[in-house]
Amino acid sequence: MKEKVETLKKEMKEKIKSITTLKELNDLKVEYLGKKGPINELTTMMRDLPVEEKKEFGKVLNEVKNEANTLFENTKKALEEKELNEKLQKEKIDITLPSAKLHVGAIHPLTKVIEEIEELFVSMGYDVVEGPEIEEDLYNFEKLNLPKGHPARDAQDSFYITEEMLLRTQTSPVQARVMDANKEKTEVRVICPGKVYRRDDDDATHSHQFTQIEGLVVGENISLSHLKGTLEELAKKLFGMDREIRFRPSFFPFTEPSLEVDVSCFKCGGSGCSICKGTGWIEILGSGMVHPNVLRGCGYDPEKYTGFAFGIGPERVAMLKYGINDIRNFYTDDLRFLEDFNRTEGSEQ
Amino acid sequence: MRLSKDFLSDYIDLSNIPYSEVAEKMVFAGNEYESIEKLCNAKGLVVGYIEDCVNHPESDHLHICKVNIGSETVQILCGAPNVAKGQKVIVATIGAELPGGVIKKAKLAGMESHGMICSMAELGLESKYLKEEDHAGIHVLDADAKVGEDALHYLGFDDEIIDFELTADRADLLNIIGMAYEIGAIYNQKVTLPDIKLHETKENICDIMKLDVRTDNCPIYLGKMVKNVEIKESPKFIKNRLMASGIRPINNVVDISNYVMLEYGQPLHFFDKDKLGNTVVVRMANEGEMLNTLDGKARVLKTSDIVIANEKEPVALAGVMGGLETEIENDTKNIFIEAAIFNPLRIRYTSKAIIRSEASIRYEKGVDPSRTILAMNRACELLEQYANAEIYSGILMHDIASKEDKKIEVSLEKIVSVLGMNITKEDVEEILTRLGFTYKIKYNIFEVYVPTRRIDVNIKEDVIAEIGKIYGYDKVVGSLPTNIMKKGTYSKKEQLEKNVRRHLRALGLNQVITYSLVSENEINIFHNEKYEPVILESPMSEDRKVMRTSLIPSLLHVYDYNSARNRKDIHIFETSAIYYKENDEYKENMMLSGLLSGVYEENTWQGKELKVDFYLVKGIVENLLDYLGLHNRYQFSLDNLVKELHPGMSASIIIDRNIIGFIGRVHPSICKKEVYVFELDLKKILELKVKAIKFKEIPKYPSVKKDVSFIVKEDVTSKEVEDVIKKAGSRLLTNIDVFDVYVGENVGKDEKSIAYALTFRDPNKTLNDEEVTVIFNKIIAEVTKKLDAVLRNK
Repeated sequence: MKEKVETLKKEMKEKIKSITTLKELNDLKVEYLGKKGPINELTTMMRDLPVEEKKEFGKVLNEVKNEANTLFENTKKALEEKELNEKLQKEKIDITLPSAKLHVGAIHPLTKVIEEIEELFVSMGYDVVEGPEIEEDLYNFEKLNLPKGHPARDAQDSFYITEEMLLRTQTSPVQARVMDANKEKTEVRVICPGKVYRRDDDDATHSHQFTQIEGLVVGENISLSHLKGTLEELAKKLFGMDREIRFRPSFFPFTEPSLEVDVSCFKCGGSGCSICKGTGWIEILGSGMVHPNVLRGCGYDPEKYTGFAFGIGPERVAMLKYGINDIRNFYTDDLRFLEDFNRTEGSEQ
Repeated sequence: MRLSKDFLSDYIDLSNIPYSEVAEKMVFAGNEYESIEKLCNAKGLVVGYIEDCVNHPESDHLHICKVNIGSETVQILCGAPNVAKGQKVIVATIGAELPGGVIKKAKLAGMESHGMICSMAELGLESKYLKEEDHAGIHVLDADAKVGEDALHYLGFDDEIIDFELTADRADLLNIIGMAYEIGAIYNQKVTLPDIKLHETKENICDIMKLDVRTDNCPIYLGKMVKNVEIKESPKFIKNRLMASGIRPINNVVDISNYVMLEYGQPLHFFDKDKLGNTVVVRMANEGEMLNTLDGKARVLKTSDIVIANEKEPVALAGVMGGLETEIENDTKNIFIEAAIFNPLRIRYTSKAIIRSEASIRYEKGVDPSRTILAMNRACELLEQYANAEIYSGILMHDIASKEDKKIEVSLEKIVSVLGMNITKEDVEEILTRLGFTYKIKYNIFEVYVPTRRIDVNIKEDVIAEIGKIYGYDKVVGSLPTNIMKKGTYSKKEQLEKNVRRHLRALGLNQVITYSLVSENEINIFHNEKYEPVILESPMSEDRKVMRTSLIPSLLHVYDYNSARNRKDIHIFETSAIYYKENDEYKENMMLSGLLSGVYEENTWQGKELKVDFYLVKGIVENLLDYLGLHNRYQFSLDNLVKELHPGMSASIIIDRNIIGFIGRVHPSICKKEVYVFELDLKKILELKVKAIKFKEIPKYPSVKKDVSFIVKEDVTSKEVEDVIKKAGSRLLTNIDVFDVYVGENVGKDEKSIAYALTFRDPNKTLNDEEVTVIFNKIIAEVTKKLDAVLRNK
């Protein structure tokens, strides 16, 4: 009997090996393990055996049954997996075909530059404030130490609306407005972005409308060293960590001393190239210590308070940063131009 | 200001200083320059002596010259009619560089030529300095020229010039002496001033002439008289220095007045004394008075113009330009010299209205009152030397100007705290001395005496700036302010704009920035009648004349621009102010406008395409408003439609009963293509209170869905049906979706069918069928009754 069982087992294993479909497997299972199958037959035969043998044979038979069941189960799983794989293979697509065109917009490069600068200064405790574009002559000029008839008004030929109202030529009037509005005459730390207007014919480097960001800090013991330290942070943020800045004395009516600020060339690092015209430095902004007449005119005691101010042109920054050669690009809004700014740049947030 | 090295060398020693270094150092003293160049840029020119000159046998104009150029004698062919044996001439040797090109060995009419004999016009002088004879033939040098010597050096044309772009405050640098002080301070050199010596006659001007200053716009008016001048060409150095400074030499007398102005910064005016008469009046012009100025133009004067007049009439526009009637001419014998100071503001207005001149440029910015008399005497000295003038003694004088140094007190502590540099008392002392400022020290406080030439230095901060500039701003070490820590903030408006920009960007719209100034035509569309436009007083062009009252015309511009470049899918927005006048106040209102056209999303080969239509744009607007926390608060209404929009495809957007914007297809009469726009008033949106986000229990019990379809009259809106459903549906109805709209043969004419999927849910228990059926039937009953609708058979 035992031998019969062994033969049966061997025979079944052989047959299972050649099975390729689930149906064949099922048929084979019925053939061996079904009611009329040989195992069942042996179970019936076992009844007639003496008690001792019955026990022993029963054990053998059970083992064979279990072994057979496991074998069928495993084979079934393998076959199912194989079938699924075949099915998925048939569903294969050409992943190189073009994707769905999802339009994603771009933030205007000027806005990008402005937001970048705002972010830096907000992180250093500055408030972002705004002022009117239709401005009083009083704030645009007079409170900034530019009385009527001052020669420096020429450089900022203006769009007047009435004798006393004009489109602001600079964001500096916001300085005066902020100081005026601060009734307690406490410390001030603001940046003021916005549009400004000058009577210039539009060409590659001039625009009758452009943007500016004014920065102002007023407090006790504010010095040129603080101005330099602050602008160093700005230069690094805009043009890279290795940038240095330098001061060149200049003249603005609302600051004294007044300083032009150059940044070491971000292209050549200072050795001289076409971008910096061989000098290693690029002029990026104007700055200085707030003129005592401006402080006084806004109710601050220049003996107690000092301050620094600076003004930067986002157009100039964007032109330098991105290599844009014509300022009119910013206002023509060619979508091909705008879409180039439709992504982040490395570490930028 | 063009600064001649030769001229400057009279006052400071530049013998060991390269001129380019001077230019660079001046930049770091705040004086930028445009260029550094030579009066003549030619190279390789020498003095030659024509040893022999014969006519070319085969040419009707060429001469064969044997020219000694020092190192050798060469053969040069020359076509100039005035070339002759025995002349000293300018020779461009082989390899010489002239503006016209490089000189090479040449063959002319069969003969070799080793160089070129030059005319004045070939050297590269600016054409305004050239006279007719400079073009006509070669230039013959004086006998004292040394053969073989550098010809440009002999002519004084090798002078170097720095062209400075001075800042508006540095009036003191508009002259050579001022420049000498500045450069002297940088190089720690003393300035050598001219030692003026005059020989005067016994006749006194005050016995002959009378001065009457009738305006307080003339603090100084000095007059001197010379006689028997001989008008001729100026000496070489005066001509060269004038040319180097950008002024055309005329004759010795005119040149001297310009020369002294360049030297001292004090404009002078020379009158022909015989034409002027004996009376000089300084007064304001009478309205409408006429004057023919030196440039030959008739000027109509205003009461704001200062004039110099004689007994009868104005003879000069004070500080701006002389008059034709009293002009110095070739036969002038006697001269009245004016050295005066006028109110800068008056000169500025007059010259702005009439004409700018070298004189007015200086007067506008301020002239040093201490130099007026020096400049006048210097002119007399030069007239005596170079025009054989005899000088009358005495000065016709009106002078009420202070010439005292300005006293400014500044403490060392203040200097250090403003500059943020470790400057010592000794440093300050040295710098003040270099600047030519005298000082006294009292307990670390400097009492600084600033000379009158420094019109720009008036307060302690000006002194500090001067100290910083000489000490060197490169020595500032950066640090951050150590003020009280506080957090920085964005304004609410800026924060809103930023949110809007980022969200619309994510929804596929490109941000654009356009001009605020537009044409009158553009102001007429999408213009809200409530807004009174702001118009420029004197616009530069018709295109940029009015401040815009809507952003949409600008967006349509951007659409046209891109569309003309074959761009079909255009999705853009702008957040900018619009401007208007209300009750005499100027208003700026932050707006958001968007424009969409073409396809929103697509994948062509799959045949998928989401086109821009009203509902897509509506979706964008709703999506944005939801993002801004305004969910469930807005409505699209058919009231107050904008006339520039398609009347059947537009809506106003309402929040809390206020119109906050509009949406729709642009009217085909404005744009033929299918273009949709929207506008939202960000200022109004900013004023809305937005609820904070609050957690809501996630539903525990299942919902029940039921579909229903109604046939309604064509003009019934879906919103009307939904409102009735909502009211009848009670709180258990949680959602209404439209899943089909049908117009066609299965419904009547003028009818449509709308199918809704309704969701019911009870937050507290599982709903049973009966409960839902009761509500559902009520909804059907209400809709059919109130809207005259019919339930559509499935």
